[in-house]
Amino acid sequence: MIHLLQANISTSAPSSYLPIGLQIAFAAGLVALLMVLTHLLGPRRKTSDKLQNFTSGIESHGDARQPMAIKYFLTAILFVLFDVEVIFFYPYAVNFKELGWAGFGAVLMFVGFFLCGFIYIIKKGALKWED
Amino acid sequence: MYLLAIDPIWWLIIEKLVLIAFVITVSMVVAMYATYGERKVAAFMQDRIGPNRAGIFGIFQPFADAGKLFFKEEIIPVSSSRFLFILGPALAMITALLTSAVIPWSVPLDINGRSVPLQIADVDVGILFVFGVVSIGVYGIMIGGWASNNKFSLIAAVRGASQMVSYELPMGLALLGVLLFAGDLRMSSIVQTQVEHGWNVIYQPLGFIIFFICALAECNRTPFDLPEAENELNFGYHQEYSSMKLGFYLFAEYINMFISGAVMAVLFFGGYDIPFVNEAAWGLGQNTMAIIGFAVMMSKALFFVFVFMWIRWTIPRFRYDQLMTLGWKKLVPLALVNLIISAAVVLWLKK
Repeated sequence: MIHLLQANISTSAPSSYLPIGLQIAFAAGLVALLMVLTHLLGPRRKTSDKLQNFTSGIESHGDARQPMAIKYFLTAILFVLFDVEVIFFYPYAVNFKELGWAGFGAVLMFVGFFLCGFIYIIKKGALKWED
Repeated sequence: MYLLAIDPIWWLIIEKLVLIAFVITVSMVVAMYATYGERKVAAFMQDRIGPNRAGIFGIFQPFADAGKLFFKEEIIPVSSSRFLFILGPALAMITALLTSAVIPWSVPLDINGRSVPLQIADVDVGILFVFGVVSIGVYGIMIGGWASNNKFSLIAAVRGASQMVSYELPMGLALLGVLLFAGDLRMSSIVQTQVEHGWNVIYQPLGFIIFFICALAECNRTPFDLPEAENELNFGYHQEYSSMKLGFYLFAEYINMFISGAVMAVLFFGGYDIPFVNEAAWGLGQNTMAIIGFAVMMSKALFFVFVFMWIRWTIPRFRYDQLMTLGWKKLVPLALVNLIISAAVVLWLKK
């Protein structure tokens, strides 16, 4: 039986993700329970003023969901772009010792490509925040 | 004999559920007492006394605070999106509770000849799981700020989201140096490498500093607490929240602080390894070693929580353009240089 157990908790099998599933269920259950509990415990004295948005005592004008500065979205898109490139480094780092100098050369080349894109976005002013 | 007849998978599930309950309770209690610790540390730095009314030295203060959060009225503004308004803090809290799943807390326990690892899941993606879950945490902030339909909340949420994604890049790059030595993504084998060859912080000091700065930014801690810059944005993305929903956001922040301390301890400070001694030579039982290892691991993690607080009450906040310049133009190239130099040096020494 001990052998069976050890087979169950081997790290590469899909069953090693079972505890993570349990933890997701546990965390979600706990959060839901607390949410319902506070909903039942708290007092409910709602007035129309209380349910307005708080903007430091000034009446809020219009909808908040207006177009924002494009820079934030540019940052998000650049993140996706560069994060995909960073992910390519991980297999290299894990297999680094077997790949030796040949792998190192290949990664230097990849860093070169990475830097080309990086310098390009800086020159284009995509990361310029002071106007 | 009857117990032995149960299918082994149920033993595994029971064992893991107990461990999950324990780890989540520990992180909740640490988060509660971190709020108390934060106020005491602030008081100490500012030459005040701090909370001292509830119980001796005010040690029951966290219970008073938590009780207050339970019994407050919950307000959902009329102009907000109701479903997303509730989903935001729930998501923030769930992701905060999930990151602890892959952290090895100590050496395995030995219960009736059965080895019980003190790690909830030793999956082969290991540290990438932490990164993945932390990325989902961004949605907690973003959804909360968007659903509030408040201009301050929305600005804070957009700021917070782009800050967190920006600092994930150098964080991921700084981690690569550690993986060069470990050659494995699993947290348990990263710790094992350090037990055998010494702590990663000795080989990767620059990597650790970059990782630490990014951890501050990921937890929205000072000097990177721009999502809740209270003098510009009132109260940030959780401005419209009250009752336990506000509590979830605040709790999630403190749990994230504790977990990032634990992650840094595992990646750079040898996890449950005791420095300068060979604890295997002590000849203590497996269970005693597990308890000592857990205490060592906790004290390392809590030390980082203290450093986070120390920094909060020492350094003023960055401006947004400074934050972005630091993250993109300084830390990313620095982390790349760190990776290349470490790889070259290791290859050179190994021939």
